[in-house]
This record gives sequence, structure tokens and C-alpha cells, in this order.
Amino acid sequence: MREFYGTKLSNALMLGTAQYPSPAILADAFKRSGAGVATVSLRRESGADKEGQDFWALIRKLGVHVLPNTAGCHTVKEAVTTAQMAREVFGTAWIKLEVIGEEDTLHPDTFALVEAARILSEDGFQVFPYTTDDLVVAERLLRAGCEVLMPWGSPIGSGQGLNNVFGLRAMRAHFPDTPLVVDAGLGLPSQAAQVMELGFDAVLLNTAVAKAGDPAAMAEAFSLAVNAGQLAATADPMEPRDMAAPSTPVIGKAFLS
Amino acid sequence: MNILINGEPTTTSAETLTMLLEQNGFANTTIATAVNSTFVPQGQRETYSLKEGDQIEVLAPMQGG
Repeated sequence: MREFYGTKLSNALMLGTAQYPSPAILADAFKRSGAGVATVSLRRESGADKEGQDFWALIRKLGVHVLPNTAGCHTVKEAVTTAQMAREVFGTAWIKLEVIGEEDTLHPDTFALVEAARILSEDGFQVFPYTTDDLVVAERLLRAGCEVLMPWGSPIGSGQGLNNVFGLRAMRAHFPDTPLVVDAGLGLPSQAAQVMELGFDAVLLNTAVAKAGDPAAMAEAFSLAVNAGQLAATADPMEPRDMAAPSTPVIGKAFLS
Repeated sequence: MNILINGEPTTTSAETLTMLLEQNGFANTTIATAVNSTFVPQGQRETYSLKEGDQIEVLAPMQGG
């Protein structure tokens, strides 16, 4: 597996930590999935409740890499400030950079994304940009200092799967040496397997697991699918063809008509 | 002086950010702070002087996707 800013992951599944029915189910989902990365966020803390402290204790016990996000940010300044705060809280230079440009689709503001990525990369951050399959934007992100790209499969939380397989395949072909992660939009393990079959390096998902009737079972299902897809990609899949080709040899077939 | 902590109007006698955090239950917690939309690192809180109308954000780890 490719390295992410020098870190080799044992598992190609990156899992979000939001929307689980309970902290215990969240922990169980991570255990059964074997996910090596947990995405987390920052929100306002109450000095009375201190909810964030308990959550942080739970995440630390998982023993996984933490990938903080800038979810909900709409401007470069907001995203950069959130990233700075996340680096201090979580003690990591990794940042999942999200700059949202449109509310209905949560389409990234790719102009602001590139600018924020440049500022953060120059400040020593290791940026995981949540982007689209736009090759020009991808190129700009790499020039801005990103060493990983995270195109969406479809809109966040939609569970639609891969809306543009052609675009993702083109991205893989254009950036053969860049670690690529499909982030967002996956709903089923078969879609995660497809991502890996395309030669991607990891998948990042949250809602598909957290909102399943049995999140821990679904987490394990995604893990199996990711491993299957990854193995298939390395096994050099056959080329599809338009017409049938008999798999059973015709030589030696009896003449019975 | 009157300030805002996470959007809540608050009257405080605290002169520094560290004093404010201690007075509001944030001692020994894992948090990050910003004042008027600018990040204030932990090492600068002790000397960061508050002024009337400051908007303080106190953020902590939360669930995220």
C-alpha cells in the first residue's frame, strides 16, 4: 500500500466517527473493521459538560491514526484557523481539508480549497484535500503542496456510490504515483470494492457504517470489500470485451447434431 | 468586561485568556482557542490580554466524518 505522508497504513479503510448510536458501537465498529484511520472534528466545548473530553478519551483508546477535518468551513480563513486549532488539539499535522462551496451538494469550493491547501502546506500541514474528480483542480492541489488527493464518490452522506467512474479512472491514470482516496458518498461495500478495483489506495466513509442497522457488522463488511477490491487490483483484472468468448474449450467437442 | 465565549455573552474579571479558561471550567482540558477568529496557541494564552467585546472560541474534539 502507498504511504500517506510517510505513514504506511495496515488497512485501506478510513472511518468517520460521527452519527453512531452510541460510543460503544463506535468502538465496536472500529474493532471489527480494522480501520487504521479515524476522522474527527472540532466543535464548541462547554466548560460544564466537557463532552469533547470523553470523546477524545474514547478515540485515543482505539489506537488509530487521527485525521481531523475542517467540516463545515466555507472560507479559506475559517478552514485555516480550524486546521491550526486541530493541529494543537490532536497533535498531528494531518488535516482533512474541507471547504464547502454549495450547501445542497456539499460540493467543495475548489478555488478556496487550493488556496487553503497552499497556506496550510507552507505552514507544515500534511493536507488531505476533499475535492472532486476535476483533474485541473487536482493538479493545482498537488502544486499547492498536497501529496494525497481525496475525490468524492458522490455527495457526502448520500450513499449514491460512484457517480463518475470515468472521472475517477482518469484521475488514477493521470496521477499514478499519488495516493488517492475516495472520500464521501459510498453507501455499500460493493462500491468500496469498486474503488479499490480502480486502483485507489483507500476509501473514507462514515454515514454508510454509522447509519446501518448494525454499524459494526457493516464496518466489517466494508473492510472485507476493501480488502477484496485491493487484492483484485493487484491481480491484474481481465479486459472487458463487447462480444461473448466461450470459456469452455470447443476442441474435442462431440459432433451430436 | 463583557465578552462572548462560544457565542454566549459573559461578564468576566479575567485579564488573560488562561484566567478566563480557568474561571469557566476549562482547566486541564484538551481544547484549542481562538480570539476574534484568530488562533491563539496554548503557549500564548497566559500572556494574551482580553479586551471588551472579544469573541472567544473554545473548541474540543468532536465526532467527525
